[in-house]
Amino acid sequence: MSIIFDHVNYIYDEDTAMAHAALIDVNLKIPDGKFIGLIGHTGSGKSTLIQHMNGLIKPSGGTVYFNNEDINAPTYNKKNLRARVGLVFQYPEHQLFETDCFKDVCFGPKNLGLPQKDVELRAYEALKQVGLEDDFFYQSPFDLSGGQKRRVAIAGVLAMKPEVMILDEPTAGLDPKGREDILNLISDLHKKTGITIILVSHSMEDVADYVERIIVMNKGRVAFDAEPKEVFRHVTELEEMGLAAPQVTYCMKELWEAGFDVDTDATTLEEAKNEILKALGRC
Amino acid sequence: MLRDITLGQYYRTESVIHSLDPRVKIVATFSFIISLFLVKNFIGYIIAGLFLVFCIRLSKVPPKFIFRGMKTIFFILIITMLFNLFLTPGIPLVTFWKFQITKEGLKLAIMMGIRLVFLITGSSIMTLTTTPNNLTDGLEDLLKPLKKLRVPVHEISMMMSIALRFIPILMEETDKIMKAQMARGADFESGSLMTRAKSLIPLLVPLFVSAFRRANDLAMAMEARCYRGGEGRTKMKPLVYKRRDAIAYLVIVLYLAAIVVLGRIFFT
Ligand SMILES: Nc1ncnc2c1ncn2[C@@H]1O[C@H](COP(=O)(O)OP(=O)(O)OP(=O)(O)O)[C@@H](O)[C@H]1O
Ligand SMILES: [Mg+2]
Repeated sequence: MSIIFDHVNYIYDEDTAMAHAALIDVNLKIPDGKFIGLIGHTGSGKSTLIQHMNGLIKPSGGTVYFNNEDINAPTYNKKNLRARVGLVFQYPEHQLFETDCFKDVCFGPKNLGLPQKDVELRAYEALKQVGLEDDFFYQSPFDLSGGQKRRVAIAGVLAMKPEVMILDEPTAGLDPKGREDILNLISDLHKKTGITIILVSHSMEDVADYVERIIVMNKGRVAFDAEPKEVFRHVTELEEMGLAAPQVTYCMKELWEAGFDVDTDATTLEEAKNEILKALGRC
Repeated sequence: MLRDITLGQYYRTESVIHSLDPRVKIVATFSFIISLFLVKNFIGYIIAGLFLVFCIRLSKVPPKFIFRGMKTIFFILIITMLFNLFLTPGIPLVTFWKFQITKEGLKLAIMMGIRLVFLITGSSIMTLTTTPNNLTDGLEDLLKPLKKLRVPVHEISMMMSIALRFIPILMEETDKIMKAQMARGADFESGSLMTRAKSLIPLLVPLFVSAFRRANDLAMAMEARCYRGGEGRTKMKPLVYKRRDAIAYLVIVLYLAAIVVLGRIFFT
């Protein structure tokens, strides 16, 4: 069970003067149950890439496989695919439309053709999972704050019980607290349900603490695809791509240069703390 | 899907037609449309067709791109042609059941079809080669004389330019919303007419919400910059006729003359 990209290319507005290659020879294998970060500068093709995963965009060249089946084969059931590969878009405003949050979350499971009871049960579960307070269940989604809207949008996809969940910049436009809340929520989801999560972001800081693997996109190509530690070793290359390693990495590097015996591979605050304590001989 | 609608879109490239003054292009398009209604025989259509091909070649817009926009009006085209084909009285050619196709009907249907295709291609060339801003600037200038009759020319053209400016934005937005709902299993393409109409709700609500928000933002931004209508307003880039525009006008006049003269000669 996995998503595989085999030499995928994508060109926007093909055969016009505005033709623009958004993906160039992308090869990826995303196995089950992983928590993956997809990172890249603005316009690097992240959103384009993830829309290939549930068949919203058809590659201009190459093939995308889900569980060893070509998802763009004419007989392939795309609706079923979209239930199994859930995609939460960057702006919740693009999907919220019902009169209250509960009904809105019902939309996904209802489209799967489930009986009304199951639909409501799933919606309730999903809203609970994303930690929306009960008071908001029957309020208009348009009256919610940005963070709450995002939770409802995530619940809307979660209610379809996907095996893979892709989130496009779920933290955009949130304050630090809201950001952390959403990221913790996603991380908890991953731990509890074991579903594959692909988190799109352009901030290393966001991703470093949580993910097991990082895919870095640069100008439509996959630049790095490795564990966070491995990726953060390429600080200069990352900076050339308009990205940066987490603050912790820079900090550890400076400590090391100043003569402290710390491991510069530490990427999370926790690891860094332990390393520093160790170096100071207080462990 | 939605990107197939090229009507009213701008195609960015560099060509003689792109660099013409918008007033020339508006006048040319109107002349062309009028000429289509003047011609009554196939010679006229051949001239109009050649003129069109000439303009398309000059504009460097790929013909594929122009005709992709035609798909959306294909339905209207077929209906118009069918009506003409069956409902024109005259000498019957084929009769079956209650319907009969007449010689006049056939001729009219073909002419009507050509006329519609030409009309839309002609106006597409104008919109494809002129930015919305330029187009409304040109229109405002051409309609200036109406100001004397107290027609709010500036306001009308401002409204038009805002509308045109928002078409691509809203199209893009529609595309995104459709994708977001399709990711939740929405289906816009199958089912009966009723279910299909219902399936538009998840698309229309977010679209309207966003359109109103944008309208509100724009109004606020205009107010913040003290917009107060057309009075005493100057232009950053005033329209000035160049040599090529004079040549273009000449070409239009020649074209109209050819249509009238050749049409007469062959007709009599
Ligand atoms: N609908 C579209 N039509 C034409 N070009 C597009 C379209 N969407 C994206 N592009 C182009 O494709 C490239 C990749 O865009 P994409 O949205 O995938 O980037 P991204 O990595 O998600 O960026 P961001 O961080 O800003 O969301 C960009 O250069 C963009 O201009
Ligand atoms: Mg994006």
